[in-house]
Amino acid sequence: MAKNSAKDIEVTAFATHQIITQPNPLRKVMRRVEEKDMDDPVGRAEQALADLSGEFKGWMTTEVNRLSAAYVAIRHEGFTKDRRDELFHATHDIKGDAATFGYPAAAGVAESLCRVIEHAPDLEKVPAELFTHHINAILAIVHENTKLDSISVSAELSRRLRKVADDYLAQVNRDRPEHLEAILAPSIVPAE
Amino acid sequence: MFRIDFNKLRFLICDDNPHMRRILRTLLHSFGAREVYEAEDGATALEMYSHYVPDIVIADWAMPIFDGLELAQMIRQPDSKGNPYAPIIMLTGHSEKRRVTVARDAGVTEFLAKPISAKGLYQRILNVVASPRPFIKTKTYFGPDRRRNTASAYMGPERRIGEKHEVLQQPSLLDKARSSI
Repeated sequence: MAKNSAKDIEVTAFATHQIITQPNPLRKVMRRVEEKDMDDPVGRAEQALADLSGEFKGWMTTEVNRLSAAYVAIRHEGFTKDRRDELFHATHDIKGDAATFGYPAAAGVAESLCRVIEHAPDLEKVPAELFTHHINAILAIVHENTKLDSISVSAELSRRLRKVADDYLAQVNRDRPEHLEAILAPSIVPAE
Repeated sequence: MFRIDFNKLRFLICDDNPHMRRILRTLLHSFGAREVYEAEDGATALEMYSHYVPDIVIADWAMPIFDGLELAQMIRQPDSKGNPYAPIIMLTGHSEKRRVTVARDAGVTEFLAKPISAKGLYQRILNVVASPRPFIKTKTYFGPDRRRNTASAYMGPERRIGEKHEVLQQPSLLDKARSSI
C-alpha cells in the first residue's frame, strides 16, 4: 500500500511547531461488517498460539542454555561490555518470552536479574550468589515446570529472589537517586 | 462494526529473537496477513523498510547493530525519500514507564510490553489503522502527536505556542462512521 502523495499532506505552521495531517493512508483496509459477523481473528490467533505451544519447552531450553553460557563466560573471564550485554540480552529475552511460553515464574526471576544487571553500580562487586541463585532458579523452573506441585514453589521462589535483589539494589543505590527511583517505580505490566 | 482486512496490510517485524519472530508471524498470519517480512537486526530492518515499504512496523527495542529506538528515529526523518509516517509498534520486554516515554519521544506510535498476547497486538494494530494521530514537527521531534488527552488547562513549559486550538484532532474512521449512521 502506497503512502499518501505530498499534495495530500496538510501542514499547519505555528510558532514552535508544525502539525501535519493527511488522509488516513490505511483507510482502505477497514471494512464494515454485520454485527452478527462471527469472525474472531483474536480467537483464531490464540488457537494458533496454542497449536504452537508444543515447541515452547524446546524454545525455553534454548533460551536458558544461552543464559547459562553467558554467565559461564563471565565467571571464567570476568565482565566486559560485550559479556555484560550478552548476559543482559539473554536475561531480557527470557523476561519477555517466558510468560508467553508458559513459564511466568521464570519471567519474574529474569526480570529481577535484569534489574540487578541494569542498576548495580559495579557488576564485579555484586555477590556471585545473587547471579547464580537467579540463574539456577530459572533453570529449575524451566526443567520442573511440568510438575503441578512445583508451580506455586516457582512463584514463591520468584518473589523471594526479587525481594533479595531489590534489597540489594536499594542498598547499593542509596546515593544514586535516579536508579533508586527506577527501581522503586511500578511496572507498567499488570501483576498476575 | 468494522474489521481490518489484514490481507491488504504489509508488515515488517524486527526482532533478533527467532522465537519471538515466529510468534509474531503466527499471530499476524492468523489475523489474516499475508505479507509479513522479517529482520533480525536494526540495519537489515531499515534496508527492508526502504525496499518493501511496509504499512506497519513491529520492532523490538533491544536488537544488534542498532536497536528499535534508533530504527524508529531513522524512519522518522521528515525529509527522507522513504515514508516517515508509517506506524511503529514497539514490542519489548522493557516494562518501566520511563521506557515508554523514551520510545514515545523517538517517534514510536504504540508501545506493547511483553508478554505478548493476541488481543494486545490486535488492539495496537486496530489503533494505528483506525485512529491515526496527526504528526508533529518541532526542532527536536518529528513523529505522531504525543498528546493523547486534550488538557486545555495545561500551562507547563512544554506547552505548544501559537495554536488556535489546543489540539487538532484527526477524526478516527470509527468516529466518522458512527456519526454518519
